[in-house]
Amino acid sequence: MTTLHMVNKSPFEKNAMQSALGHALKGDAVLLFEDGVYGALKGTTVASELGRIAGEVKVYVLGPDLTARGLGGDGRIADSVTVVDYNGFVDLVTTHQRTQAWL
Amino acid sequence: MLGHELARSSRVRPALRKCRSSRGSTKVKLSILVNEGPYTHQASDSAYQFTKAALEKGHEIFRVFFYHDGVNNGTRLTVPPQDDRNVQKNWSELAEKHKLDLVVCIAAAQRRGILDEGEAKRHNKGEGSANIAPGFRISGLGQLIEAGIEADRLVVFGD
Repeated sequence: MTTLHMVNKSPFEKNAMQSALGHALKGDAVLLFEDGVYGALKGTTVASELGRIAGEVKVYVLGPDLTARGLGGDGRIADSVTVVDYNGFVDLVTTHQRTQAWL
Repeated sequence: MLGHELARSSRVRPALRKCRSSRGSTKVKLSILVNEGPYTHQASDSAYQFTKAALEKGHEIFRVFFYHDGVNNGTRLTVPPQDDRNVQKNWSELAEKHKLDLVVCIAAAQRRGILDEGEAKRHNKGEGSANIAPGFRISGLGQLIEAGIEADRLVVFGD
């Protein structure tokens, strides 16, 4: 029973991403979208949290929301994070048994 | 109020079985919950883009339920600037194209002035005051519960 954790708030505004990463179990995935995409950036104060769970929990970020914020360029995203489009978002929902929105 | 809401929740869709698409990937039945109004942050846009992508991939959308400020997606009176997206119209057109069931919570709608013909008449709001957008219908919370039970996944978009 795997869960897709959906995070739509910046980790510099709310603790949704930290909560999601803390609750995610092995095999779960975390999707950063809307303002949540700021959590996927390299070299920030929360970037180490992504590295800490790498290998157990896959972290994804929604590409269109990165682009909308001017963050779509190469090299801005942490190495452990995978960029997906809306099709990838749908696949993440359908390949995990549950979704949890960390609103 | 509860009795009234339940009375309006009598429309039940037959459950469809999961089936396989031609590409071999499993088709899934999804329900969507929208808790945020249009032009607020991004939830309405994300929910719309997600729903559209899911339909294009051949998945079934059992229902889209609009709750709290999300009911504001369902007014036909919005007139956004011409160079901006029209969130309400996008939903109506998607519903028309794919025969979607767009349901607005009645209690949330009444608080925010979203009325269909029946509600406008019941509350004596005068001729022509019904403002529910095409493709939307007003019903009770039972429809959200049913959406959660009938679908394989309930995907929540909000603030």
